[in-house]
Amino acid sequence: MLTLKGKSVFSGISIGPLALFHRNTISTAVRPIESVEVELARFQKAREEAMSQLKDLYVKAVDKVGEEQAAVFEVHQMMLDDDDYVEGIETRIRDERMNAEAAVDQTAQELAEMFRSMEDAYMQARAADVLDISRRVEQQLSGGPGIDFSNYDQVIIAADDLAPSETLQLDTDKILGFVTSAGSTNSHTAILARTLGIAAVVSTGTQLHNDVDGMMAVIDGTTGDVYINPDEETLALMKKKQKEEELRLTALEQVRGVPTVTKDGKKINLFANIGNPGNLPQVLANDAEGIGLFRSEFLYLESSNYPTEDQQFEAYKQAAEALEGKTVVIRTLDIGADKKVDYFDLDPEENPAMGMRAIRICLSRVDLFKTQLRALLRASAFGKIAIMFPMIISVWEVQQSKKILDEVRRELDAKGIAYDKDMEVGIMVETPAAAVMSEELAKEVDFFSIGSNDLTQYTLAIDRQQTKLDTFFDPHHPAVLKLIQMTIENGHKAGIWVGICGELGADLTLTETFLRMGVDELSVSPPSVLPLREKVRSLDLSK
Amino acid sequence: MKEFEFVVTDPQGIHARPAGLLVKEAKKFESNISVFKGARKGDLKKIFTVMALGVKQGESIKVQVEGADEEQAASAVEAFLKENF
Repeated sequence: MLTLKGKSVFSGISIGPLALFHRNTISTAVRPIESVEVELARFQKAREEAMSQLKDLYVKAVDKVGEEQAAVFEVHQMMLDDDDYVEGIETRIRDERMNAEAAVDQTAQELAEMFRSMEDAYMQARAADVLDISRRVEQQLSGGPGIDFSNYDQVIIAADDLAPSETLQLDTDKILGFVTSAGSTNSHTAILARTLGIAAVVSTGTQLHNDVDGMMAVIDGTTGDVYINPDEETLALMKKKQKEEELRLTALEQVRGVPTVTKDGKKINLFANIGNPGNLPQVLANDAEGIGLFRSEFLYLESSNYPTEDQQFEAYKQAAEALEGKTVVIRTLDIGADKKVDYFDLDPEENPAMGMRAIRICLSRVDLFKTQLRALLRASAFGKIAIMFPMIISVWEVQQSKKILDEVRRELDAKGIAYDKDMEVGIMVETPAAAVMSEELAKEVDFFSIGSNDLTQYTLAIDRQQTKLDTFFDPHHPAVLKLIQMTIENGHKAGIWVGICGELGADLTLTETFLRMGVDELSVSPPSVLPLREKVRSLDLSK
Repeated sequence: MKEFEFVVTDPQGIHARPAGLLVKEAKKFESNISVFKGARKGDLKKIFTVMALGVKQGESIKVQVEGADEEQAASAVEAFLKENF
């Protein structure tokens, strides 16, 4: 048995024979040429041929996987049409008297290298696109298409990496899974596997050869392990796991419509986080008990000017009505840091995460803040809205925000406009300062919602976007957990409820810890709702 | 010459497909259209140079249009950016 470890891109388990992916071999070696004109003409003909293939592929792919996934073939056409690419090849043919195959290959390698050296992982993965279009041209130069990829049937495909066009030419209904030695979780193969729900493990680092062709293999997408020629024990184990995985999905259906309560009777509110009203169907489909975090930024980010009070009112009202009396916690605008909007005219900052953002903008630009508060209050007449202020570090900020809210209430009273007089007002606890000051802050508000993402980043002084810092980053760092515990205790002392709305809330390994701390509410992304409810219902805190 | 600045709000920045569409839009015009990110310059009619700028969310780009139809080109490209990024 051979065990490989890679990165899982879809958490299914598949068992079946391996099929080594055979690519049609092409020689791109430099060889002497007859004439520059002949090579230029060969290249142009091959390029045109490749272009027309891509047009066909695009049409086919739209049918098969939809426009969004098919768009890669449109991009490929543009790449093939790019002046730098074409000139790079033609210059090599003309100036270095290079054969077309070698000229295409060398130009492609150069561009691929440019992408590989870029900072972000998505762009790095685009090197595969350059190589893919070039391989298509090279294929034409060496005499046209070869193996028909759609013949693979009921197998797990093993390859070094699959080009997007190769993946899409496979008959994916018949493919059990993918395992690739290279590739990234951002590659087209990975994205496609996720879309189609096929078990896939990439980047195993081990190149497979012909001798494994036809061997039995197991892909465990839950761990990223791949077993080739598994022994009976492993095979039995994985078959069991595969069945369990299927059962798990069925089991989740069992916890639909039941309360989120532990075996010993501790009940919590299980809410969902959403980014815009488009997510409302997901909230309902996943049976969330309310919305614990409605990020209002979308209204600002999706607009090219300040959204009007009425535009905001409509969006908030829509959420309040859709939830039919269940709580909808709306966070006031959290622009700034990584969320920028040009019409806000914010000055460039050295350190935007610690700069002009969220409540700091609202308290500096009261008119802007009042517009949002008015829209929120008006919408509160149509359901159960609660509002919370982000990025709080001091009691003063909360008092000031409440004062402005009171002014808006009085304005509405004067005009006889209805709103919910009992609307709850809370704050995000997402700075170490707020957690440390939670005893004082609790006296000012109706609830706390702990934003674990920012709380972690600010407590550990680690930028979440910096993958190079992964070694130093501990998502369960005791400092963060202590601050959370302290916040919950201080909230309860003042008689207010405390929830968690960051990623930690969905971390099933921490659910028991949070429940023991006494958390009253967890708010997670809609797909995490049912797994979390199942987890809570399996716990017994009396033990 | 026409010139304008634009801050990308799309969470994915200017990535492959929209970059392609942007290039397609730019190619409709005769004018030379350059795009700057800081000191780095790209040609808005060339998909590789646009992608190579690696423009991310929150970053500002400057677009310069020069040529016979610069007026229409600048406003079309600006509208396209606002719509899609």
